[in-house]
Amino acid sequence: MRHLMSPLDFTTSELEKLFDLASEIEKNPKKFSTICNGKILATCFYEPSTRTRLSFESAMYHLGGNVLGFSDAASSSASKGESVSDTIRMISCYADICAIRHPKEGAPMVASGKSSIPVINAGDGGHQHPTQTLTDLLTIRSMKGRLSQFTIGLCGDLKFGRTVHSLINALIRYPDIQFIFISPEELKIPDYIREDVLEKNNIPYKEFVRLEDCIGDLDLLYMTRVQRERFFNEEEYIRLKDFYILDKNKMALAKKDMLVLHPLPRVNEISVEVDDDARAVYFKQVQYGVYVRMALILTLLELL
Amino acid sequence: MLNVGKIEQGFVLDHIKAGKSLSIYEYLQLDQLDCTVAIIKNAKSNKMGKKDILKVECDPSLINLDILGFIDHTITVNVIKDGEIQEKKELILPKEVKNVIKCKNPRCITSIEQELPHIFKLTDDKKEVYRCKYCEEKYEKFY
Repeated sequence: MRHLMSPLDFTTSELEKLFDLASEIEKNPKKFSTICNGKILATCFYEPSTRTRLSFESAMYHLGGNVLGFSDAASSSASKGESVSDTIRMISCYADICAIRHPKEGAPMVASGKSSIPVINAGDGGHQHPTQTLTDLLTIRSMKGRLSQFTIGLCGDLKFGRTVHSLINALIRYPDIQFIFISPEELKIPDYIREDVLEKNNIPYKEFVRLEDCIGDLDLLYMTRVQRERFFNEEEYIRLKDFYILDKNKMALAKKDMLVLHPLPRVNEISVEVDDDARAVYFKQVQYGVYVRMALILTLLELL
Repeated sequence: MLNVGKIEQGFVLDHIKAGKSLSIYEYLQLDQLDCTVAIIKNAKSNKMGKKDILKVECDPSLINLDILGFIDHTITVNVIKDGEIQEKKELILPKEVKNVIKCKNPRCITSIEQELPHIFKLTDDKKEVYRCKYCEEKYEKFY
């Protein structure tokens, strides 16, 4: 039995298989529409999430399976003080596979240690968000036709942005990737990514504060939101939340084939006027998220 | 010159960085052992200038070498039997330490989950970096 805690749990060749399966699902969804009949996905969301939870549920319904779960900690027995270990033991009796989101970092790993069903980390605090990474990789592969030889800019909250950390970890395994980090001083990438991931593997990276100074060099721009829920201090959040806004003027400086990705939800870091630009693929990304989660559920349930 | 007598059975921890013997005492939880312990601070050392030494008269199997390796793998461990050095143990950095140090990340699951062991893994043996197994927070050594 396998779990998914980090994008690194799968080798690049296993990821290729997963993405091939997702592409097959995209081309022929009907073929997979009853494959999970009689199977149940539990979505255990200890913190609010619309997109990820609905994406998982949509994926399971598209496979012909059923879904149960809770969408915030207040409506679960966590509010009564139940541990993650105990909750997952109970969930294991109700469902065949579980997606868990938790504000505490490492909670899905604790769950996987006690679970008798596959556990998927659907986001743990500011740590990892592997299914978003799989979504990002599938989007890049589908839109660019490759997962190598490009310069990617990561912009916004690089300190608390778990999607960013997961994506960096995943991309360093592909050849000729260069990173450009664009963030205010207070939201720079954490030391453990810099030291243990980038420098340890001799991955080239540059850091900028202004997006305008580097946007012309990028093949991909990954925008992120400054997340209120990651700040202990409201004043600091307010000071930093509008640091970056991608608009038409900045897009004019970018390459003609640069793609703009965003894990969503967007607040105001991408101006709505950019949505009509053919390079903006963040809504296509949402669709790829469903395909990749369908492929993941099938893979972890070993139904193929 | 202060003289501390030799021990018959136990271990002598030599070449402890000067002033750090009390930290070692606490990490090894020597206060919980009912035995004679000599803490020698700032002893003269040709190699180090000054050093600390701990002499503990007890069953040598009671010492946790993993913890000691984690704290400072340059410490010399002499196992004493019948008043003589029977063995010099080499310390290595353990791949994992369990319930020796605690994760200080307030966002880590260890901050709320009942009876969850605090586990740190060695992620860089050259820089001696340990990270929490759950949240990957780096442990800042204060020793």
